[in-house]
Amino acid sequence: MIKSRRSFTKLVCIIGASAILAGLPAIGQAWEPIKPVEFVVMAGKGGGADKAVRLLQNIIASENMAPVPFTPINKPGGSGAEALVHLNDKKGDNHTIMFTLNSFYTTPLRQPKLGIDITTFTPVARMAEDTFLLWVNTDRKDINNVADFVKAAKAKGNQWIMAGTGKNSEDNLLTDFLNKAYGLNMKYVPYKGGGKVAKELAGNNADSTVNNPSEQLGFYEAGVTKALAAFTPVRLPLFPDAPTFRELDKDFVYFMQRTVVGAPGMSPEAAHYYKDLFTEVFNSDKWQQYRTKKSLQGGLLTDHHLMEYWKIERDIHEVMLRNMGAIK
Amino acid sequence: MLETLGLLANGFTIVFEPQNLALIIAGCALGLFIGAMPGLGSVNGVAILLPLTFLVPPTGAVIFLAAIYYGAMYGGAISSIMLGIPGASTAVATTFDGRPLAKLGMADKALTAAAVASFVGGSISVVLFTFFAPPLAHVALVFGSPETFALMMLAFATFIGLGGDDIFKTLFSICIGLVLSAVGFDIISGEPRLILWDITGFLHGVNFLVLAIGIYGIGEMIWTVEEHNLGGGKSMLSEATVTVKRTIANLRELLSSWRATVMGSFLGYFVGILPAAGATPGSLMAYGIAKQISKNPEEFGKGALEGVCAPEAANNAASTGSMLPMLTLGIPGSPTTAILLGGMVIWGLEPGPRLFIDHSEFVWGLIASLYAANLFAVIIMLIFIPVFIKILKTPFTILAPIIFILCLIGGYAPTQSMHDVWLMVVFGIVGYLMRKLDYPLAPAVLAIVLGPLAEPALRQSLLISDGEFSIFFTRIYAGPIMVTAIILLFLPVLKIGYDKFRHRPA
Repeated sequence: MIKSRRSFTKLVCIIGASAILAGLPAIGQAWEPIKPVEFVVMAGKGGGADKAVRLLQNIIASENMAPVPFTPINKPGGSGAEALVHLNDKKGDNHTIMFTLNSFYTTPLRQPKLGIDITTFTPVARMAEDTFLLWVNTDRKDINNVADFVKAAKAKGNQWIMAGTGKNSEDNLLTDFLNKAYGLNMKYVPYKGGGKVAKELAGNNADSTVNNPSEQLGFYEAGVTKALAAFTPVRLPLFPDAPTFRELDKDFVYFMQRTVVGAPGMSPEAAHYYKDLFTEVFNSDKWQQYRTKKSLQGGLLTDHHLMEYWKIERDIHEVMLRNMGAIK
Repeated sequence: MLETLGLLANGFTIVFEPQNLALIIAGCALGLFIGAMPGLGSVNGVAILLPLTFLVPPTGAVIFLAAIYYGAMYGGAISSIMLGIPGASTAVATTFDGRPLAKLGMADKALTAAAVASFVGGSISVVLFTFFAPPLAHVALVFGSPETFALMMLAFATFIGLGGDDIFKTLFSICIGLVLSAVGFDIISGEPRLILWDITGFLHGVNFLVLAIGIYGIGEMIWTVEEHNLGGGKSMLSEATVTVKRTIANLRELLSSWRATVMGSFLGYFVGILPAAGATPGSLMAYGIAKQISKNPEEFGKGALEGVCAPEAANNAASTGSMLPMLTLGIPGSPTTAILLGGMVIWGLEPGPRLFIDHSEFVWGLIASLYAANLFAVIIMLIFIPVFIKILKTPFTILAPIIFILCLIGGYAPTQSMHDVWLMVVFGIVGYLMRKLDYPLAPAVLAIVLGPLAEPALRQSLLISDGEFSIFFTRIYAGPIMVTAIILLFLPVLKIGYDKFRHRPA
């Protein structure tokens, strides 16, 4: 009781203190943000990226890592196009950063009219790579491994429904891979957001999905859905019974980046500041716990390492999109 | 049943801890204010205050945010009624009749009605939530695209079926709303579409609040200016004074709207539990149906008390309802619960079917806090009605610029882009012209809310069925809903035929 009352007083104090702090100028020699930092989210409220940003914001604020607040702003429009254009227009701005996904590669490739060159953006830090697994409902007692899955999906032909996020999204790339690798003809039905996709599977409105662990975790823990295989190089600790596709002799590995990127032309001092800040966030207990819980992979990547990673990933996506016929 | 009551009692012991009680009262008051500010709905309120909640334990945090959510549902009605600007998207339907009532000098009556209906809606829904959560969660889970589309059809049908208005003008208005709702990004094809004049601002689509504040807030103001012929310093309202006697009389009059209120409560709750629907469609549908079942449908839009009660009961009920898919499925039932879901991640809670078992203290504390928040919000709102009325007595020449600024802030807040502010002004002018030409505006608003839900659902269903429309009739939930929608749709035609038949010259 005493403890909770104290925390309530703390809440009141912090509201007041943060109001005062926001008005103070930065002290010290190294570059520090002098006004609230705009933290653009390339996706809508409530999705996986949005949740991660709100956690990052929470870590920065609760551990007093920065002198100013970080304010999330959602720009989900045009599969990230709106966010990319917004950041591109903020050339030279030291107070705008963005949390990005794989649409960072695919959207500029598919919409060249936007005039986005991701190599001009400022690399800050890759915080994680999210993984993908193949899921079915536990009602399907006949499906316990990929071989069963292939048999069942083949039998149903194009009546087998694979739910996923938008067309040409990550889920679509993986579905295409499965169709090709196993000679299937699954029907891809796009839904808005991974959470909705997970629910369609749990409600038996879809036959399979390729969700991230975080999206299926609730249903998985309740025994409603099960994972058959992982699109990772090695098995995930959370899902020890799900083999990798590599083990099944299909060499396919796919990740979703969870990366912080700065506006193009950000000053080197500012870029350095954000790199240090997000390195600290990366090493915090809260972020590490989140990584474990959501089965996130991929270590910290900064500076030119991150830029090289982007270039490689962009080329991979270009090939994939071309193979799908999404670009010419 | 007994077990549920035991858990609920446990929840109440958590709620009655002084700290939590203080959080509820603070949350309700804050929510009321946030909801009353145009454009600053519960979504923004919860998003802004989320970072503060890590200072209290998760149960306290969610109680605080839920109280804000609830308070905002009450508060949304305030500016809808007083200024004609929807305070939040959920309160758009409240402007339809709340505003005319205020103009007739009965703002206090409308506000009382909104408060009481909200209370009834909140109470009914939270009781339903307490006792029927698991079976309803199952319904929400199996509710797929065909069901969603059938439900959307039902919503449209209730609006087209609204007798009185010119049916072609209603359809035209719906079409405008649908076209606007299609702007932006098409998730099915994965392509941007209708990016008018290649303006990047259209990439995020046309925000529903931009349209609603434009046509109701700005359009309304132009209208009032014209009506008053720029009447210097004239008060916008007639003699609305608040006395105890008048308040009691208001409450008594409300009894006649009980049908609309109860209907709104149940409808709002059920629409609320369906993933992605939320309180806005719920309140709009409740308005449509209230008009259908009313004894005086011709009064709707001109100041019918039922037209305030139904959507207000529904939006509160829906806000409770949308907690259900959030907690049990991890799917937000509304934009606000999407943020709450983000909060749960920060607090280290995993929403899903196991949450009720693994974190029963959290869940039941939340449910119990809804009972308390509901009670405090209605008390706070009733107490402040005289203050609101005082504000209304400000001369129009002073009030008008304030409303205009509030509109601009409201248009800017959701997306923080100037593009939307300009768009809103354009909608205000267009809305004014449409009103001049006697086009109903409510159907356009309905369409822009429901369009983005109906369209993907339709296309997903047809993808699944290979283009067979039978999918909407052969499924256990979709079938009856679709049939009801079609009957409602053709009701006006049948009515006209029947009337012609009856009044045939002998």
